[in-house]
Amino acid sequence: MPVLHLTQETFDSSVLQAGKPVLVDFWAPWCGPCQMMSPVVDALAEDVTDAVIGKINVDEEPGLAQQFNVLSIPTFMIFKGGQVVDQFSGAMSKEALKERLQKHF
Amino acid sequence: MEARHVIILGSGPAGYTAAIYTARAGLKPLVFAGPQRGGQLMWTTEVENFPGFPEGVMGPELMDRMRKQAERFGAEIVDTQVASVNLSSHPFVVSAGEDAYESQALIIATGASARWLGVLGEEQYKGKGVSACATCDGFFFRGKDVVIVGGGDAALEEATFLTKFATHVTILVRGEALRASKPLQERARGNEKITFLYYTQVEEVLGDGVKVTGVKIKNSQTQEISELSVGGLFVSIGHQPNTGMFEGQLELTKGFIVRKPDTSLTSVPGVFVAGDVADWNYQQAITAAGLGCMAAMDCEEWLASQE
Repeated sequence: MPVLHLTQETFDSSVLQAGKPVLVDFWAPWCGPCQMMSPVVDALAEDVTDAVIGKINVDEEPGLAQQFNVLSIPTFMIFKGGQVVDQFSGAMSKEALKERLQKHF
Repeated sequence: MEARHVIILGSGPAGYTAAIYTARAGLKPLVFAGPQRGGQLMWTTEVENFPGFPEGVMGPELMDRMRKQAERFGAEIVDTQVASVNLSSHPFVVSAGEDAYESQALIIATGASARWLGVLGEEQYKGKGVSACATCDGFFFRGKDVVIVGGGDAALEEATFLTKFATHVTILVRGEALRASKPLQERARGNEKITFLYYTQVEEVLGDGVKVTGVKIKNSQTQEISELSVGGLFVSIGHQPNTGMFEGQLELTKGFIVRKPDTSLTSVPGVFVAGDVADWNYQQAITAAGLGCMAAMDCEEWLASQE
């Protein structure tokens, strides 16, 4: 599935009310490790069908970053049933990211 | 099992330079980019001392250019994580994901990772106010006070960068002096948003369960313990070599892979090393690139001698 580019407007319906777990990548264009992770997240999205993968550009969506207390990027949050069930930061391999996500299937 | 002439582990300046040279030599290298594709320079902003860029260049852009240059000559670069290497028999075996690869030669350029303090609260608040990447996370500390631990070039550069966002930056230095170069010291001292605390160590990271609220610090001369109320703690105390996979297989010293003087040869014939994983002294992008070139040339010569 393609990666969703989430905004304040789409966040509620695409993430909080999603029927599947949602992995959200908080990122910014000026952040090196985010650039490092961006193709990894894209590749993961190609791989998984049991979860939704989304990205939030914190430059464009500072409100969402603030709402979820993002103090580091890239930060990954996994939402399930409208709740944050896991949160972690920093670059990692696709396998590690996938493993972390699959715990919540 | 797929068979290769040479496999390169790592995608910093050392790994990519080795890839450029071995690819141009027709060896069709397979490069495992590793968990931090592009290496430490992906964490930086502007690189001012890499030759050939008189106006400076952004770290991530420099790494992207090196990658493209390697790919142009036929290097195959993959992002699969290497699980293990077996150097006990030849050809060497590299296991990654569900696949295993045989290789005649191996170039190790796995680099180094940021060192952490190892104090109470640090792990809990990573990404919630504790950071090892000022350029990534400084943005979130607008209008807040922060501390940065370290006294080297990187710490001072990051402190100066953080003043763009933070109200105040306190630099905590363990000893009596800074290790940073003169110009960086002068730049930091001239910045009214920066203060220095010497003989100071962090004892504990304090928080409210959601984010960092302060640090408990100790003066090593007076033994006095006090608290600083801050929203962020940045750690810039150097790097440790990524050698976990090679312990017991290659000769190491102080955690670094040992290379024969003036070469890139390791204790195992056919295994070559380049970059910060074997360099406890210089640790520059350009020295890593230089070592990457040496490893590629040593590797090429060794492969030719095996035929």
